[in-house]
Amino acid sequence: MTLMKSLMGAAATIALTAGAALAEPALIFDLGGKFDKSFNEAAFAGAQRWAEETGGTFREVELQSEAQREQALRRFAEAGSNPIVMAGFAFSDALSQVAPDYPDTKFAVIDVDWLDLPNVRGIGFQEHEGSYLVGMMAALASETGTVGFIGGMDIPLIRKFACGYAQGVMAANPDAKIISNMTGTTPAAWNDPVKGSELTKAQISQGADVVYAAAGGTGVGVLQTAADEGILSIGVDSNQNHLHPGKVLTSMMKRVDNAVFDAFTQGENLESGNFHMGVANGGVGYALDEHNAALVSVEMKAAVDAASAKIASGELVVHNYMSDDSCPALKF
Amino acid sequence: MEKMPKWADVVLIPLISLLLAAAISALVILAIGEDPVAAVKLMVDGALGSTYGWGYTLYYATNFLFTGLAVSVAFHARMFNIGGEGQAMLGGLGAALVCLYIPWPHWSMALAGGAIGAAIFGAAWAAIPAYLQAKRGSHIVITTIMFNFIAAAVLNYVLVNVLRPAGSMDPATARFPDAVHLPTLHELLAPLGIEFSKAAPANVSFLVALAACVFVWLLIWRTKLGYEIRAYGKSEQGALYAGISPFKITMIAMLLSGALAGMMAINNVMGEAERLVLNSTEGAGFIGIAVALMGRSHPFGVFLAAILFGFLYQGGAELALWTKIPREMIVVIQALVILFTGALDNMVRMPLEKIFIAFRKGKA
Repeated sequence: MTLMKSLMGAAATIALTAGAALAEPALIFDLGGKFDKSFNEAAFAGAQRWAEETGGTFREVELQSEAQREQALRRFAEAGSNPIVMAGFAFSDALSQVAPDYPDTKFAVIDVDWLDLPNVRGIGFQEHEGSYLVGMMAALASETGTVGFIGGMDIPLIRKFACGYAQGVMAANPDAKIISNMTGTTPAAWNDPVKGSELTKAQISQGADVVYAAAGGTGVGVLQTAADEGILSIGVDSNQNHLHPGKVLTSMMKRVDNAVFDAFTQGENLESGNFHMGVANGGVGYALDEHNAALVSVEMKAAVDAASAKIASGELVVHNYMSDDSCPALKF
Repeated sequence: MEKMPKWADVVLIPLISLLLAAAISALVILAIGEDPVAAVKLMVDGALGSTYGWGYTLYYATNFLFTGLAVSVAFHARMFNIGGEGQAMLGGLGAALVCLYIPWPHWSMALAGGAIGAAIFGAAWAAIPAYLQAKRGSHIVITTIMFNFIAAAVLNYVLVNVLRPAGSMDPATARFPDAVHLPTLHELLAPLGIEFSKAAPANVSFLVALAACVFVWLLIWRTKLGYEIRAYGKSEQGALYAGISPFKITMIAMLLSGALAGMMAINNVMGEAERLVLNSTEGAGFIGIAVALMGRSHPFGVFLAAILFGFLYQGGAELALWTKIPREMIVVIQALVILFTGALDNMVRMPLEKIFIAFRKGKA
């Protein structure tokens, strides 16, 4: 193969992508796929919102294999996409290899805030803060004094959710009992609603009457079973209150959509560095809408909003599991 | 009984099967409102139109070469090794351990060491089903497929609990040291004055895979052991009568098969990722079955089939990148090719055989 041929190949690629402005942004979904009702779908929603508001277009790809992480990054970078946004911590390794090769392209990656590269924007969420708030609500809504947590894959990130949740529960009711289960230790745990349902039943038999699912697609099974068995559940990432109106206490909102929207809006001038999205800047929070208004009492709302204000002002610091791999309120 | 000429068996049947698969794929693409001609063009351009495309095509092909050869060797002894996936997973573990814990001074030694480590782990994983088949008569299809699940669980345990660096969320090992970096085709061809895409993951293990093809050909058709394997595969009774030990042949064929499947790790683990991730094999063990079937268990046929599947993988990736064709549809296209070339072989073969026989009778 000659250089000429590879140039022609590149020219063909550009010809194929022509018809739109060259610097259109790109979004790469993780292996879980675009429509997971949770994390990836939130990213897609943000991109859609940007496209509707600005009339712009964006490239997107759902990966099929590990080898394609680097491939997709390089292909989009070479085709002139800018910025390129990735959903998921699994991109950190590939991105740290690719980003230095394309200094003029801006990258944004969600759930990664430890890379230190001049053209990378890392967006980490303070999920423990949002989980703290819904933990308080769980404890206040519980009649048995026992609440449950169902995590997806057992990784530090999910323990961070569980730990914040447990701290919130303890703050509202120091005598509460917390049952915590993880669905599994592989990525399959993100999409196992059947096991989520079984774990929910097991937790109910142990007395839990509110369960919080931080488990991606597995959470669909948790919420379904909780609704069927007549207990309350708490959704995650996206607002899942509408899935079972009147049965979902609230949802811990992780505004992945806003992160993608912001990155797309800033475009080629994307500000790099690591950003931490917490309660203070609206990155996380709890969902209140017509589907759960009847479940949230005035006292509950007042208590949570007070805690929220304290966290935002820095008066109340929720312990982050990932800072020292331990949790004062929950044992794993 | 009359037979078709060999060229029809080897060339015509796969070709017709492929065309049928392509035709149905085109209908599927039409049905979702995309242009099949443009899609094919994009696949060919993306997979074969540049050194970048070739780099990915050959990278995938290298994986399929190893697993295809693995299935072929077992086929010659009339054993259906469905465990290539698990053996490749364990091979990855072997290669990773060798790369992480031995300070290699040079990549060539690391390649040899990694290949041996991967082969030993892969062979060991095949040894248990082989022993159960040879001594206890437990069917190899059942045991090898069960061992795939056990392999996934073992790898999962090791990656999550033992090899994962502290604080990391990915169930993956740390990156291998720079010294074990295998040269890519770009680095290999640059001194010869040939420009090859820098981004593509195809690496020196492609050459190892080609060498493995030659090795398998020599072994099966030019050695006493190969003769024994084929004799056993044709007729166990006949082999027994000729003094060939079924136990020995079963074990050797399966160990070889497992070792070849395991050696895939030098490509995907050492060559591409340079660390061991959870789903590093990504179904290559199963694609190997289709490759072996399509290649008629002959190393050259396996080579061609592996390139074809490499093309489908890379072309599929290009489709996903540049069109709105969803990835599920790309899996459908790949599955159609496997279905027609592997499972529906007789659908093409039988009518074709009749045509040939009728044609011959007409002449006579």
